[in-house]
Amino acid sequence: MAKRLGVEVSIAVAEAAKQCNVDVISAYPITPQTHIVEHLSELVADGELDAEFIPVESEHTAMSTCVGASAAGARTFTATSSQGLALMVEILYIASALRLPVVMSMVNRALSGPISIWNDHCDLMLSRDTGWIQTVAENGQEAYDLIFHAYRVAEDHRVLLPVIVNLDGFTLSHVIEPIEYFDQAEVDSYLKPYVPAMRLDPKHPITMGPVGMPEVYTEARKAQEEAIKAARPVIAEAWQAFGDQFGRYYRAVESYQMDGAETVLITMGSIGETAMTAVDEMRSRGKKVGLLRIRLFRPFPVEELRKALKGVKRVGVIDRALPFGASGGPVAAEVRSALYHQTDRPFVYNYIAGLGGRDVTVENFEEMASELESLEKSELTEFYKIINVRE
Amino acid sequence: MAKETGAISWKELSLGTAILEPGSSSKLKTGDWRSMKPVTDRECCIKCGMCYIFCPDMVYSRDDEGYYVQNYYYCKGCGICAHECPKDCISMVEEGSNG
Repeated sequence: MAKRLGVEVSIAVAEAAKQCNVDVISAYPITPQTHIVEHLSELVADGELDAEFIPVESEHTAMSTCVGASAAGARTFTATSSQGLALMVEILYIASALRLPVVMSMVNRALSGPISIWNDHCDLMLSRDTGWIQTVAENGQEAYDLIFHAYRVAEDHRVLLPVIVNLDGFTLSHVIEPIEYFDQAEVDSYLKPYVPAMRLDPKHPITMGPVGMPEVYTEARKAQEEAIKAARPVIAEAWQAFGDQFGRYYRAVESYQMDGAETVLITMGSIGETAMTAVDEMRSRGKKVGLLRIRLFRPFPVEELRKALKGVKRVGVIDRALPFGASGGPVAAEVRSALYHQTDRPFVYNYIAGLGGRDVTVENFEEMASELESLEKSELTEFYKIINVRE
Repeated sequence: MAKETGAISWKELSLGTAILEPGSSSKLKTGDWRSMKPVTDRECCIKCGMCYIFCPDMVYSRDDEGYYVQNYYYCKGCGICAHECPKDCISMVEEGSNG
């Protein structure tokens, strides 16, 4: 039987990577991701995990090492945050273009400047278009669970794409939660050994990552787009198998109190748990408020959102990143875009909240929900509103 | 529909656009965008082979008489051979001219 332990979430994520029996870990420490790779380096040093731990001088090299090791046929893992991700981004595009199933946990943190070590989704959005599959955890157990799912999806020969498992910095990474650790036999049953579809082998030389001339670049990008679209059913299938094995079922979009909901909030990440409390309170006062939490950010769950928002009157999307000069936050822009061609679509408004570690409270969610009802009737001059900004 | 400009269907590309045939780059004519080409004056050439040594693209090879001759199929016209020739026997001439 699986056992439940009080453990720091970062340690649980590292234990998940260990249980996935990774071959190569290459990482550079950066707050708030450090504890994950620190613990993995201890596990390797203590002989508890038979893997190569390759310490490097930068995140750019950490990801380059993962790309090289994965190309050679190894199961690879790394983790990063914020500025580290920024330094790594160049190679994220390479990993996905080469179709290498690297898995990375990204402990979400704000980008400079001003310098901030605290949590928001700036880094998540910086990696938005890199071609990686991206899942988002809301609590510690999910951060642990999603690592197993990530490898199963990434290494599936119908997919072969890298996966980022996002978890909020400090809010999740540094708290101690009751985590249910799986028995190794259960993990081995869920996640089979990695069988590369192709790899670097001197006996059978191939070239990975050649130049794509104008006559082939468009086709290469189209092939990659089709690959991430084709991952949708595999992602769902791997969650179904996970639920059947471990008892927790995950979906691309999680619904909460959606029965008869007229006003719906959409969150991504750990603030979804605060939002659930807010929705409970509003429901107890008779307000028809529901909540959707985006679990799968890439590929974006367009169909799931359209289905879940059918018949809903108004939607408030909460973004945790502010793209300067854009027509709203990144999640809201995609939700609006997903709904645009629907004949019967809800009114969509956008709130920017929780930047650089600013708390998002139950009261904030209640204010958003009640403001949404009045906004609908007024004339809109802005695409979005920043919550809690002091004038 | 405008004329098709892609070289191959996206469905036929190998995984990650990997090249599966070793040494296939020898089939690529990589010198077709050259604007200047090196021409050797055999009257003054001393067959030292400096052009062969310095050429970054293996354009030069030795013929039966011991001269080093260019394979323009791969020459990009960088001019390193002309610069390094100790007797100044190699001149860079405009592509398409009769030099």
